[in-house]
Amino acid sequence: MPTLELVCPAGTPAALDAALEAGADTVYCGFRDETNARNFPGLNFSRPEMRDAARRVHAAGKDLLIAINTFPRAGNPGPWHKAVDDAVDAGADAIILADIGLLAYAAKTHPGQRLHLSVQAAASTPEAIRWYHACFGVRRVVLPRVLTLAEIAALNSEIPVETEVFAFGGMCVMAEGRCQLSTYVTGQSPNSHGVCSPASHVRYEERGSCMVSRLGDITVNIYGEGEPAGYPTLCKGRFAANGRTSYLFEDPISLNAAGQIPELMQAGVTALKIEGRQRGKAYVAKVVAEFRRAIDLAVQGQRPDPAALAAQAEGQRQTAGAYDRRWR
Amino acid sequence: MTDCKLTLGPLLYHWPTERKLDFYRRIAAEAPVDTVVLGEVVCPKRTAGEEILPELIALLQAAGKEVVLGSLALVMQPRERHATADLLELDLPVEAGDGTALALLRGRPHHAGPLLPVANEGTLAMLAGQGLRRICFAGELPGSTVAVLAAEAARLGVEAEAFVFGRLPLAISARCYHARNHGLAKDGCQFVCGEDPDGLVVDTLDGMPFVAINGVQTQTHSYVDLVGDLAALRAMGIHRFRLSPQDLDMVAVARTVRATLDGQIDPEEAAERLQDLTPDTDHSNGFFHGLEGRVQVAGRSPGLVE
Repeated sequence: MPTLELVCPAGTPAALDAALEAGADTVYCGFRDETNARNFPGLNFSRPEMRDAARRVHAAGKDLLIAINTFPRAGNPGPWHKAVDDAVDAGADAIILADIGLLAYAAKTHPGQRLHLSVQAAASTPEAIRWYHACFGVRRVVLPRVLTLAEIAALNSEIPVETEVFAFGGMCVMAEGRCQLSTYVTGQSPNSHGVCSPASHVRYEERGSCMVSRLGDITVNIYGEGEPAGYPTLCKGRFAANGRTSYLFEDPISLNAAGQIPELMQAGVTALKIEGRQRGKAYVAKVVAEFRRAIDLAVQGQRPDPAALAAQAEGQRQTAGAYDRRWR
Repeated sequence: MTDCKLTLGPLLYHWPTERKLDFYRRIAAEAPVDTVVLGEVVCPKRTAGEEILPELIALLQAAGKEVVLGSLALVMQPRERHATADLLELDLPVEAGDGTALALLRGRPHHAGPLLPVANEGTLAMLAGQGLRRICFAGELPGSTVAVLAAEAARLGVEAEAFVFGRLPLAISARCYHARNHGLAKDGCQFVCGEDPDGLVVDTLDGMPFVAINGVQTQTHSYVDLVGDLAALRAMGIHRFRLSPQDLDMVAVARTVRATLDGQIDPEEAAERLQDLTPDTDHSNGFFHGLEGRVQVAGRSPGLVE
């Protein structure tokens, strides 16, 4: 019976322990700098912490992935090259990369190192994925959140590498690694600075009985009395177009593909990824445990119930996202 | 400054066939652009009007323009993959819009469009080794990055181009926001994006213009306008500049930028002329100055010009 590798986020050593205890097969982390796409204050791993993380993960018989998935700054690739070198030294089982130049560096400098292609590379076709495989020996691709289940199944039959897909958590509605919405409003790029809708630019203002959430100069939402205010991520904001006010891009909602696990297995997917390196250990423990249970159920031929994680979803709302063709 | 060239980028909007034909007839006859990029790069569903492609190619070439074919920015399904592969059969230079096209173009001379994530010299060198001959840098790159990339491009024998006018694409999605705004499914979209020939402006709840949507693409609300930064770009070694078609007098835009490059008008006058052509929409150059993309910084960029 096929199974799915459960790939879990750890933004702190405590979250890493929580993920391992809750049943992670693999944990992914990043260094404490702009080389990774969750460059939030107080998160991520120093070099000694990363070496220690590798020891703990390996002692548990599990794998450690290190994400170095932002795009190196022109004229200063040094920090990114060093991150790759240090990830190899720390004992990463695989390094998750997005930038073509950085992949070239890693493949040349560390020819034996296993490389995964980050979702930030937005490789959505067999041609693109085979190119990364041929050029850099990439062994696994994290698929962009744009493909349907049927498209993923078709893709898997045409590529020589493993696929990993997002199963739960925050959901980009734009093709990842190619979105400049946050840069347009804050001047900080998710793709080079590693942070989308940065907290430094977030403001909440009371206006009468309403609460206004802003990112930079942009009003992302206005909440009426009693309406819970969410984080002002631009693509989850309420805007007006054509005389209609709506969540034009996406509702405040979380991805939850627990209900699609049997189909994802059938589609030949290798690994399920939980988003959320910015989350606390309690969240990680809960989500990982539920997905451990869900995968184990699916292996026994049963269909998991996505409702178990409703409390962990943004706005307590969940979607199967692009896996369901109707989402488009 | 006659060494400078102008590229008219691909039409990003869904215009009726007849209107498209009129637009390119006038470009061929009157616009001082050297190169025109043709082809649907935003939405693979927009197949209406593709039968006029040979006619457009012929009329632009007859007017002495170089014609380049642009490929889709997001490729997912087999028919989109085939459409991308078919572009290579037309014996014209192809500008890659995504990794699928890049993969197919490996080993033969090709161009790269501004939607590819080429952010540093390592990536540029890798692509140059595979046949990249011209690249339009992504419009969100700060001037400090553009300077490094332009120098590296010169070393590698790759022609560098900068996006200097038009609504800049900010994101691409599998989801169609035009269809969603109209309460329609993407599969039954009725091509409502065609109602907005310059994109549909999206406002904040406070009534401030935010972005423009164009089907599956999200763009800046403001027109990116680097006419005041042309000297800085030239000092970096960039001699080719891209204008992106908007629903306004693009011949006048091209003439204004051309006249600025030729030293016939100064950048201040050029900026006024461009703003006069687009009275209702702000202009921006914040990305180039390393700031919020939506802002407009007056004057030349300190530290960029010697």
